[in-house]
Amino acid sequence: MNSFLLRPLPASIDATVALLGEAHYLADRALGTVLYLALKMGRPLFLEGEAGVGKTEIAKVLSVTLGRRLIRLQCYEGLDVAAAVYEWNYAAQMIAIRVAEAEGEHDRARLERDVFSERFLIRRPLLQALEPDPAGAPVLLIDEIDRTDEAFEAFLLEVLGDFQVTIPEMGTVKAAQPPIVVITSNRTREVHDALKRRCLYHWVGYPNAERELSIVRTKVPGIGKKLSEQVVAFVQGLRKRDLFKSPGVSETLDWAGALSELDVVALDPATVSDTLGVLLKYQDGIARLEGSKVKELLDEVKSELRAAE
Amino acid sequence: MSEPLTAHADGRLAENILYFARALRAGGIPVGPGAVLDALEAVKTAGVGTREDFYWTLHAVFVKRHEHSILFDQAFRIFFRRRGYIDQMLAMMLPPAPGAPRAPEAGATRIHEALFSGLDDKLKQEREIELDTRLTVSDREVLQRKDFAQMTNAEIATAKEAMKRLVLPFADVRTRRLRPHPHGRLIDMRRTLRSSMKGGGDFIDLRFVGPKSKPPPVVALLDISGSMSQYSRVFLHFLHALTEKRKRVSTFLFGTRLTNVTRALRERDPDDALAACSASVPDWSGGTRIASSLHAFNKLWARRVLTQGAIVLLITDGLERDADDTLAFEIDRLHRSCRRLIWLNPLLRFDGFEARARGIKTMLPHVDDFRPIHNLESITALVAAFQGGDLSAGDPKAWMQKVA
Repeated sequence: MNSFLLRPLPASIDATVALLGEAHYLADRALGTVLYLALKMGRPLFLEGEAGVGKTEIAKVLSVTLGRRLIRLQCYEGLDVAAAVYEWNYAAQMIAIRVAEAEGEHDRARLERDVFSERFLIRRPLLQALEPDPAGAPVLLIDEIDRTDEAFEAFLLEVLGDFQVTIPEMGTVKAAQPPIVVITSNRTREVHDALKRRCLYHWVGYPNAERELSIVRTKVPGIGKKLSEQVVAFVQGLRKRDLFKSPGVSETLDWAGALSELDVVALDPATVSDTLGVLLKYQDGIARLEGSKVKELLDEVKSELRAAE
Repeated sequence: MSEPLTAHADGRLAENILYFARALRAGGIPVGPGAVLDALEAVKTAGVGTREDFYWTLHAVFVKRHEHSILFDQAFRIFFRRRGYIDQMLAMMLPPAPGAPRAPEAGATRIHEALFSGLDDKLKQEREIELDTRLTVSDREVLQRKDFAQMTNAEIATAKEAMKRLVLPFADVRTRRLRPHPHGRLIDMRRTLRSSMKGGGDFIDLRFVGPKSKPPPVVALLDISGSMSQYSRVFLHFLHALTEKRKRVSTFLFGTRLTNVTRALRERDPDDALAACSASVPDWSGGTRIASSLHAFNKLWARRVLTQGAIVLLITDGLERDADDTLAFEIDRLHRSCRRLIWLNPLLRFDGFEARARGIKTMLPHVDDFRPIHNLESITALVAAFQGGDLSAGDPKAWMQKVA
């Protein structure tokens, strides 16, 4: 998949959808539109949705298909400027001060200029993303922004609004070519409107049966026709149930992969019960499907598929 | 954006988008003038091809929250079917009561009216007159101990004032961030170097950082069913005061269904805030379904608002008719997903209160704190308990032993 070379941004919505399709990411029209606009208008793309619906994957696919570098900033509680933007190389600075002292250098202004120069700057992801890159502006993935706190969000405003960072000791670093920014959130916290205002927003939902089926068939190549249909119909049926956490696309793929590895040709209640842990990650969800429930749902799925034939 | 976008052939489109944005704003989606310009640019960029593309183009710009998608969808359908329908749509999407024109000083009286809509009007007036002459500053003492349920309008007004002044000081939680601290244990290299440079770098002046703490988020779940009706509005005032003073306060109301009123409570004026609340809640003073409300909260909201060590204030009398395993399961899940679950129960006002009702018995083992909240004194005590860290009085085990 790394054979893609740098190429220009897609010229239409259709081209955007096709571009993602090349790397086996099957996007719907809504996602294609918002992504095309984000690329064209140079706006950050804010993706929100349940875990496992392929938000992070979009950034990865973009970097691969467009032949750009992917810079990833994984957010966590307590993430600060030193870890996200830049840090000074203190040890080297100390030595520089000592050396200057030994040489009898006492011009304070000059010493300060020397010590706080680019030589001693350690670049972290956000600053890296603003630097010119011969391979074109990189793709900057700010992953799970809801995990960090409001203080960091406020800092991102400058970066996302003007694509620049202010370093007090040095001045402002501005990107000659703005990076392609993708922000993802699981919505465990409401991100402030001021940040969202600067972005194009898209809610990544669960795919419909038809699209999920093609996703399964593209991503799990060895899977049989019958099994893939049943798997997708079963998962779609599960999402209609009142579960604490519905299975995402990544769970569907894991499950399809697992069943395929087990050489299952068609679903039966015993196999489903045995492998349910791949699909559902909460104990009460699994408990709810114990006993006859699996068989019930499976029968429903099978009769539906038969009717569709 | 100096170039006038509306001047050319696409003037009609620009105008349409402008009106559409206005319609969205009326429908409750916060759309600023900047978004209109963005929308124009986006439509030009994408080119208006199919209806679907046009839809998603506008959607990308105007919708910034998942829950606004539905509003947008409705607005889009109606608006772009026929322009003339805009007035009709505005009428449909406007929230009914609070937007109506009103005199500036009417705010207080309006709420007062809403407050006692269930009571006998005549009785109310008589009492009011009686009390207006009697209530003076020295009555504050009496007021401290008076049950909210027995208060008259005037007394409640005074109580509200008192509540405004209360600060709820939940112990701060330590964050993973650091802040400059004279007695910190870690060296702040950045400040150290900068301050050393001031002296020419001859000696290194160490600066330190220590842990930073901040107040945890508060999530209030307020029961507004019939049995709580005398209390719920007063508590809303309490929560409004809380929202004003702290960051990260979310408020949910539940009777037979759950409603998030956090945004409504952010209105500065308490009267406006309460009016906005009641406009968004369909089930004032109805029945209670605690289990299903908690279920809805756990499923839809818990993962969104209970992060970063949130404290939950559950304000209900716990009188659930059909208390079964689901209630136990949901309260258990709620307890597991927050840092501290505090149950505030106005029923505790009775000295002989015993946890006998089934709902109460079911919920009690799962809460960290069980406290009365029926008069100003109890609210003050609540505040004091969290300030001083003396939490023994609210231990639910004492109540469970009483019954056993």
